[in-house]
Amino acid sequence: MKLRALAHSRTGDKGNTANISLIAHDPADYPRLERHVTAERVRAHFAGICTGTVTRYALPRLGALNFVLGEALGGGVTRSLALDAHGKGLSAALLDMEIPDEG
Amino acid sequence: MRTLRLGAGAGYAGDRIEPALELAEHGALDYLVFECLAERTIALAQQARLRDPAAGYDPLLEARMRAVLEPCRRHGTRIVTNMGAANPLAAAERTRSIARDLGLAGLKVAAVTGDDVLEAVGAGDYEILETGGRVRDLGNRVISANAYLGAGPIAEALAQGADVVITGRVGDPALFLAPLIHAFGWALDDWDRLGRGTLAGHLLECAGQVTGGYFADPGVKDVTGLARLGFPIGIVDEDGGIEITKVPGSGGQVTLATCKEQLLYEVHDPARYLQPDVVADFSEVTMEAVGPDRVRVTGGRGLPATGLLKVSVGLIDSYVGEGQISYAGPGAAARGRLALAIVRERLAITGVRTSELRFDLIGVDSLHGARLAGEAEPYEVRLRVAGRCDSLGEAARIGNEVETLYTNGPAGGGGAWKSAREVVGVLSVLVPAALARPSVRMIEA
Repeated sequence: MKLRALAHSRTGDKGNTANISLIAHDPADYPRLERHVTAERVRAHFAGICTGTVTRYALPRLGALNFVLGEALGGGVTRSLALDAHGKGLSAALLDMEIPDEG
Repeated sequence: MRTLRLGAGAGYAGDRIEPALELAEHGALDYLVFECLAERTIALAQQARLRDPAAGYDPLLEARMRAVLEPCRRHGTRIVTNMGAANPLAAAERTRSIARDLGLAGLKVAAVTGDDVLEAVGAGDYEILETGGRVRDLGNRVISANAYLGAGPIAEALAQGADVVITGRVGDPALFLAPLIHAFGWALDDWDRLGRGTLAGHLLECAGQVTGGYFADPGVKDVTGLARLGFPIGIVDEDGGIEITKVPGSGGQVTLATCKEQLLYEVHDPARYLQPDVVADFSEVTMEAVGPDRVRVTGGRGLPATGLLKVSVGLIDSYVGEGQISYAGPGAAARGRLALAIVRERLAITGVRTSELRFDLIGVDSLHGARLAGEAEPYEVRLRVAGRCDSLGEAARIGNEVETLYTNGPAGGGGAWKSAREVVGVLSVLVPAALARPSVRMIEA
């Protein structure tokens, strides 16, 4: 299944770093997010876009994860040649990630 | 317990104005706050000020002040904004003259200055965080250097009786934290309360982004009334307990989901949200829906400030040239790819000097690349070529090579567009807080 079925997401930008939140629609699904959406998987998902490290922060009280992607905005919002220099659309790309249907 | 009502009247420089007027009229606000400075806005404003010494503040300052000054006066609402950009004094003068036009005699307008640290940063030996280089080595490419000031000077201006406080660069949440410090007498080392005030400011500073903007996804996350989106109100008590709401009847929604998304917006480590006044800790925050369009936010904390201020250094980075053209119908993507190959070859043949080039097909791979895009064949595509150059003239050659596809490229190319622009970039350094010397100047209508 796609992450979009379980969670919603928003991208923020600071310089050349993007952060992408991943928030369970139903807090009961948060453990599944925590289990399946690792920093390594997110880095692989964004291979070719993010060339830096990916760090994951957990906010279990909110049923949310926060991913910080280094070197992910084409050299930085102010100078990037990309059409979406802020990476606003990265959150939608994350929700396109497949995770196992059960567990 | 005493509470303060803070409204967010703008989330960026170009934001809508009617929601701010709606807040001013119907928000029962103590403070109306306009956050209008993105990372490089101040560098662009500094360029405007160099061309005209009376310019360099937010181009929408006049329209906003004309809309809200009178209702704010009528309702006893004070205004705090960073619309001063590179010239808070000129912005304050302009605001005073608008107040006089509107017959608001006696209105007190404060300008907070001292964020401009260009001279000190240029003379010092500060390392650029992004590159490891030194500011002084950037030479005459540097346009501006502005430190993110804290809430202190804004609170000071409020203590002096300002009805309107206009700043240049300050930490965005500080625009909201300052009224709380002033109204509740929070100590500047009461880290937990400063952390919670920062949390309130962080949730509010992007205005419509916490009331349903930047959120809707039809069928999954539906939001009604985005064309008349209401901007948020934060009701903060003297211990820093927060409720986020909006004017009843306005568009959008305040829900756990909108508040959670905004809590993490532009946050890295949620336990260490670095601000000039405090290191705020959002990691234990909890939220509860306590009514329609009303969310209670608790659990924010704070740690001592680092004693360092972030400084944004604006500089002339490069020149970017760009061209676009569209193809549609059967074979559109193939013609688009052929066109890209032609432009790539033309840029080589004609010797356009670039340090970076990008070739996109909008509708196929321009946002996230071919791998995430999959195989679906679009009905129409738009070619986009962008490149970085050392001069505006060189950059213009890129768009020209796209435009000539009209008569020299694949069949059916239409809607060509080109541009060449100077790119102002932003780099960061950290400086000791004492390097910035904030001051308050009060004028009266």
